[in-house]
Amino acid sequence: MKADVAPTEVIRQHLIDPEICIRCNTCEETCPVHAISHDGRNYVVDAAICEGCNACISPCPTGSIDNWRQVSLTKVYTLDEQFAWDVLPVQEDLGVDAAAEIPQEIARITADASAGQGGAAPPPWSAAHPYVNLHTQALPAIATVTGNYALTAEDASSDIRHIVLDFGATAFPVLEGQTIGIVPPGTDAQGRPHFVRLYSVASPREGERPRYNNVALTVKRVTADHAGQAVKGVASNYLCDLSKGDAVKIVGPFGTSFLMPNHPGSSLLMICTGTGSAPMRAMTERRRRRIAQKEGGELMLFFGARAPEELPYFGPLLKLPRDFIDINFAFSRVPGQPKHYVQDLIRRRGDDVARLLRDDQCYIYVCGLRGMEEGVAEAFRDLCREHAMDWDALLPELRSKGRYHLETY
Amino acid sequence: MTSIDYSEKIPNNVDLAGDRTLQRALEQWQPNFLNWWSDMGPDGSQNFDVYLRTAVSVEPGGWAHFDHVKMPDYRWGIFLAPAETDRRIHFGEHLGEPAWQDVPGEHRANLRRIIVTQGDTEPASVEQQRHLGLTCPSQYDLRNLFQVNVEEGRHLWAMVYLLHRYFGRDGREEAEELLQRRSGDTDNPRILGAFNEKTPDWLAFFMFTYFTDRDGKFQLCALAESGFDPLARTTKFMLTEEAHHMFVGESGVARILQRTCEIMKQQATDDPARIRAAGAIDLPTIQRYLNFHFSVTVDLFGADQSSNAAIFYNAGLKGRFEEGKRADDHRLRDAQYDILEAVDGRLAERAAPMQNALNEVLRDDYIKDSVSGIGRWNKVMEKAGIATRLTVPHKAFNRKIGTLASTRVSPDGRVVSEADWAEHEREWLATPEDRAFVASLMGRVVEPGRFANWIAPPSIGINKQPIDFQYVRFN
Repeated sequence: MKADVAPTEVIRQHLIDPEICIRCNTCEETCPVHAISHDGRNYVVDAAICEGCNACISPCPTGSIDNWRQVSLTKVYTLDEQFAWDVLPVQEDLGVDAAAEIPQEIARITADASAGQGGAAPPPWSAAHPYVNLHTQALPAIATVTGNYALTAEDASSDIRHIVLDFGATAFPVLEGQTIGIVPPGTDAQGRPHFVRLYSVASPREGERPRYNNVALTVKRVTADHAGQAVKGVASNYLCDLSKGDAVKIVGPFGTSFLMPNHPGSSLLMICTGTGSAPMRAMTERRRRRIAQKEGGELMLFFGARAPEELPYFGPLLKLPRDFIDINFAFSRVPGQPKHYVQDLIRRRGDDVARLLRDDQCYIYVCGLRGMEEGVAEAFRDLCREHAMDWDALLPELRSKGRYHLETY
Repeated sequence: MTSIDYSEKIPNNVDLAGDRTLQRALEQWQPNFLNWWSDMGPDGSQNFDVYLRTAVSVEPGGWAHFDHVKMPDYRWGIFLAPAETDRRIHFGEHLGEPAWQDVPGEHRANLRRIIVTQGDTEPASVEQQRHLGLTCPSQYDLRNLFQVNVEEGRHLWAMVYLLHRYFGRDGREEAEELLQRRSGDTDNPRILGAFNEKTPDWLAFFMFTYFTDRDGKFQLCALAESGFDPLARTTKFMLTEEAHHMFVGESGVARILQRTCEIMKQQATDDPARIRAAGAIDLPTIQRYLNFHFSVTVDLFGADQSSNAAIFYNAGLKGRFEEGKRADDHRLRDAQYDILEAVDGRLAERAAPMQNALNEVLRDDYIKDSVSGIGRWNKVMEKAGIATRLTVPHKAFNRKIGTLASTRVSPDGRVVSEADWAEHEREWLATPEDRAFVASLMGRVVEPGRFANWIAPPSIGINKQPIDFQYVRFN
């Protein structure tokens, strides 16, 4: 059952052997992030929470804790499956060699980013086959910076940049919605190498400059953490300060779920804030370049930022034909105007959004800061109620059809 | 402070060097402990290099450091789990008050009694098990026995530290007496009954570690809730070590069952005599051992109604199992709990004030935990396609303590007459003949990777070492 998924992005899932475990609770007591829980039968590990820190491994008196299975990222063993086991399942043949396995850290970031969609979702049925993990931390690809442009005004309160990286003769095939990992040079305060940071590509599959081997990223210079405390983001500052000609270590690509449909007549409903616009820009750009093919399908975009000056790609977006894309901007910090958030606009456009939710040809993408998740979900819930649908019942259906994809950070 | 200072004579994470008086007192106790270990510790083992797990810190990454060490050189020391800031008493009359960092005067006698009773079981079990090394079924099992033994020794240290640190001269005297009493000694026995029983063979050892060490786990869990913070912190760290003991018991019995099932299938029989003739332990014998160890251990929780239990709880000295996870008022002034008694030849439940029934509450939690492991043992038979299942005897069976002590109850929970009991006792409890037979199987197997005929090898080695790893070097 688990082997039939393709495309395959493989992670090492941490599992406990129910035949050897004596249910002593030591692991649950030890786990610093509370990834381990139990019922009357088994102790289980939540793959979406486990960070692979291995704190539980040596305290386990039995060795049952030290079990791992390679699984497709979209088919990790759920808690319910693990609760029902008498024995560990055998390792499925996933048709990949061990080297293609996604590093634990990447898997965790990815699982965390898509946690808000409430479960794994397959990609749209017509998505192109993604390549994943071609370049690892041990053997990263080296890209050269060919451009680094400010997307925000000089006097804007944030610095967002459009960075173009060229892979030269190194293969780095990447699809809209996929991410690549940046390895900042140097080490952290403890002398350890920096963690990989993931960025969604902002360019379509054939490259920012078509038929050249390049990708674009949308990077905001991080100067404060989620709580507003001053902090200098290691990777974002590194990227924003890059000059033309600099060499950058890249791993990846990653991502097998947040991908766009390719079949004619398919529609995209895109909701984003800030640099969450990167994958939307990639998908929109893919469609724009194919306008002449007249493949049909609608594009509807809800895009939130503090002010127009801080909205990446604001100018180019305004130039797109109205009959190509239906754009809805929400600005929350424009002097003299009431605050608008994407969820306000979704409510305002309730009839059209509801029509797209009902349309099996429409695929929905949400990307942006973690804080938007709840507001967007509430807006969907409200408009479903008004249109005789039940969001909580609809969401799993959308997900299982590969129609709902969320990434927040 | 969580790091352990191994440069000290007594490894510790309690800044022992900062308290010269205490350090001197414990350094005086230390040679007496080592003398006790050499007299009463594992027989003939002093020069073996044993692949032992030693804590190098109380953080998860540090408390399972494996290496070959001679047991008398094992770094017994004093390790407390990291302190919680602003910990508060979370049950009893003092609920909500800051946890005590010192012994409150009015609870001094009770706390001392709790600590001494717990501390007494630790050296007792080492004494009970001291000859087992001579009949070990494999090097792997010998190593596990020694690991259990050194950790019981460390648990004694944990309790002795509390006695020395917080109970002055009385405490020092109690600590001395912990080394004087002897398991099974008629003149100077250990405090609790089960700890004066013999552990004559490895089936008894595995049953003991499964059932009786699990009592230890539940007692430690209840003490880890204590309002006396040093006791809570020390028992919390002891619990991490206790888990290994239960692993030894659970996997040991499971491996015996696995081997018995193999023999039953090879011989195509369930006739105990033929299974015994083939050198394995028949399932009815295992069931009778189980009945004995379960019932003896269930008695360890004390009388079903106990004013001491109520006092300990009210005073915040000893909580319930997982007190912090329970959703009630944690005072239990009006709460009731059903206890068992025999009325007119039948067992019946009667509601009693929960405060007085707290021994029964802990006993029932213990039973629940024990039963689930027996379910896992039954999976061994299920997997082998053998229909027999082990069962847990009724909690009123073979009781010597509490209101049920004077009532004869069968394993399935029927009150029976003295005559019925006499007629069936040999079917219910391990007989001298059973024990003699099991003893007859006990021969020493020490070649790496070899196992006695009556037990299956484990599925994995210790610390991911191979099964045929040299767990013990005999020198």
